[in-house]
Amino acid sequence: MADLTSHFIGIKSPNPFWLASAPPTDKEYNVRRAFEAGWGGVVWKTLGSEGPPIVNVNGPRYGAIWGADRRLLGLNNIELITDRPLEVNLAEIRRVKKDYPDRAMIISLMVPCDEESWKDILYRIEDTGADGVELNFGCPHGMAERGMGSAVGQVPEYIEMVTAWVKHYSKMPCIVKLTPNVTSILPPAMAAKRGGADAVSLINTVKSVTNVDLDNFSPFPMIDGKGSHGGYCGPAVKPIALNMVGEIARHDVTRGLPISGIGGVTTWRDAAEFLAMGAGNVQVCTAAMTYGFKIVQEMISGLSQYLDEKHMTLDQLVGRAVPNFVEWQDLNLNYVTKAHIDQDACISCGRCYAACEDTSHQAIDMSPERVFTVKADECVACNLCVNVCPVDNCITMVEMPKGATDPRTGKVVGDYANWTTHPNNPSAQAAE
Amino acid sequence: MSNSPLTPGVVPGRLPADVLAGNFTDHEPPLDGHEARVAADRCYFCHDAPCITACPTSIDIPLFIRQIATGTPDAAARTILSQNILGGMCARVCPTETLCEEACVREAAEGKPVEIGRLQRFATDTLMAKGVHPFARAAATGKRVAVVGAGPAGLACAHRLAMKGHDVVMFDARPKAGGLNEYGIAQYKAVGDFAQDEVDWLLQIGGITVKTRMALGRDVSLAQLQAEYDAVFLGMGLAGVNALRAPGEERVNVRNAVDFIAELRQAKDKSMLPVGRDVVVIGGGMTAVDAAVQSKLLGAENVTIVYRRDQAKMSASGYEQEHATSAGVRIICNAAPVAVHGNGAVAEVEFAYTAEGPDGLKTTGETFRLKADQLYKAIGQTLTGAPEGIALTGGKIAVTGAGRTSVAGIWAGGDCASGGDDLTVTAVAEGRDAAEDIHAALMAART
Repeated sequence: MADLTSHFIGIKSPNPFWLASAPPTDKEYNVRRAFEAGWGGVVWKTLGSEGPPIVNVNGPRYGAIWGADRRLLGLNNIELITDRPLEVNLAEIRRVKKDYPDRAMIISLMVPCDEESWKDILYRIEDTGADGVELNFGCPHGMAERGMGSAVGQVPEYIEMVTAWVKHYSKMPCIVKLTPNVTSILPPAMAAKRGGADAVSLINTVKSVTNVDLDNFSPFPMIDGKGSHGGYCGPAVKPIALNMVGEIARHDVTRGLPISGIGGVTTWRDAAEFLAMGAGNVQVCTAAMTYGFKIVQEMISGLSQYLDEKHMTLDQLVGRAVPNFVEWQDLNLNYVTKAHIDQDACISCGRCYAACEDTSHQAIDMSPERVFTVKADECVACNLCVNVCPVDNCITMVEMPKGATDPRTGKVVGDYANWTTHPNNPSAQAAE
Repeated sequence: MSNSPLTPGVVPGRLPADVLAGNFTDHEPPLDGHEARVAADRCYFCHDAPCITACPTSIDIPLFIRQIATGTPDAAARTILSQNILGGMCARVCPTETLCEEACVREAAEGKPVEIGRLQRFATDTLMAKGVHPFARAAATGKRVAVVGAGPAGLACAHRLAMKGHDVVMFDARPKAGGLNEYGIAQYKAVGDFAQDEVDWLLQIGGITVKTRMALGRDVSLAQLQAEYDAVFLGMGLAGVNALRAPGEERVNVRNAVDFIAELRQAKDKSMLPVGRDVVVIGGGMTAVDAAVQSKLLGAENVTIVYRRDQAKMSASGYEQEHATSAGVRIICNAAPVAVHGNGAVAEVEFAYTAEGPDGLKTTGETFRLKADQLYKAIGQTLTGAPEGIALTGGKIAVTGAGRTSVAGIWAGGDCASGGDDLTVTAVAEGRDAAEDIHAALMAART
């Protein structure tokens, strides 16, 4: 079994699977259960300032998107930060950390955007034994209207300012949690780095309305006939998160800034993908909220087996895909593939044909006996047939060898050449 | 009552009333809403789907399943019923394992097809439970059509004609409409009074008059119908039953399986139905299976189906055969009846083993006997009382195209007509298509 011990920004945990700041980490009872189940660490649900606790709605807090068989693909929430008294949370954090010294205990914070508020909360959490803090600049609902959460995360100057305060008043490692509700994730990440953040974590939830109640004509979750946007998470947001993680990991300015990957991590494979894309560890919420804490056991066994099979350590996996995450213009335009249908695996559903014939390039032939074959002289290798085929590996993309002639274009497959040097690129010509 | 499966002779009440009632409830219970969603989610929405091709009525199966999956079973029912007005009964009795579900790509993928039949029942039951009839009649054409036989073919034909604006009068020899849906289906395949409920629901289209206890050739003649109506559709089914041609066939308790099935369907109280301790059924089709299984369900101790050819040649599907054997029925193949023994009533049936040779089926000379208090014949039905002057082929009314007989103005479909598989769903398709052809002919004649 591969050693999954993680040393993310100097914080040791038995594995790189942390529970994200969210309902599963709201109180001692849940966190103890999580640690018993095997989670490497938790980011305690966001604490606010001293004073009357915040108030949540008393109607539904979640909306959802489902796939086949009602498999939960996306979850949206309008829950706010912890609605329990600060002192209760702090006492619980202290007790749990004492009983589980080997697990990572991070405290998520969200207080008003002034120096005193941050100074005060950092002072109050100092003796909890926590391993670090995570600044919640991400939540897009409720708190943002009060100038916190994503309202901060959308203004790089605020991110830098608050991060600097935190680093000034606390010795604890500081993770800045970013919101994806921005045009580019890079300016917020750069700001966090400038402010002295030890790491960034992303993504927080995406502003969303999951559905509309067609009887009451209200967005859902519906509170007395009304709905407001929530924050979207779960498997559906993973592609958005992977891109943002990768963008930070590869950029000249932010490269090397540790990243805690968040966004739809549901299986060991998702986690491995985040790690390969540059995350040093991952945080999980929706999968636990869907299936319970036990899923971490599959994540641990799956990642271990994968690392063993690849003869890799955890550190060697981190960032392994980053050099290959390039801009479109750097892709090899002389890489030619053609779809190939494995006739033994094919179940003749015809979905590849419908997709290609109706919406793509008319590159699949259907015989009267329902045998489906690729027309290489029409196939642009778009991969849609692969994606709609219900049978894994039935349709694959086969690379044409160098020197072969692409029957579609009549051109010989040549050496690497990308858009920057392509004759059709006006910029390429201008550069010459 | 103190009878049991071991009581000698032919007696009623071999099983307690509650066990009997349980035995004749739904063989396949209906899907509830959750089960239907789960089952519907498995459909791949195939292009030019093989299940549609396999359905004799060409129901757009992927579309109706998608309509179920998206929470609109009424729309799903409309999709089904627009192709097959008896989609409710077909959902119950179709041998889906040899039709749509055999063609389902998930059968190829993992040996577990989408449960098309049960999903169809879910959709049609949902709509019919609301008492909604989703079709309306076109403007009246003033044309009148006689439909002989109110079974699946006749009902499908009549409904389509009524929808097109024609007035239809149906004639059926039996006391109730429905044909084999009412009299020929195993009880556990269509529980309650479903066949009659479906007929009543179908007739909501309007413009159809049903005259029962009216047999062609006895109560009404074809010539009369030709004179009084603009067109005639014959869908009277097969009223005759093939004989064993074995000595002793006339003994007491030797019966036609179809009569037993009809009697059982009409019996409200199954504990009043006498059944033998030892029952033998001769035949290899679904009628044989239905008679045998239901004998077992009534409490017979030993029930045996004997078929003269190889098991592979049985027209009952593998699924039906398995249903029989799992109910405790024994299937003996390659044996033909040679004599029915007994003193007044049947006591034993003697069989000779058979073998397929170059000259066809031959008995080997080796014989055996089975005890039998009842012997059911299920070796096929025949057309009786075919009207004079209409060409027959292979003992059935010869038809070409969409059910056209040799006589202009007369169409035929269902079991009495040539071609087809003698399935409910085939009969529906033939009745529907004949109606379209009749409509085209009547409209052409009008212009």
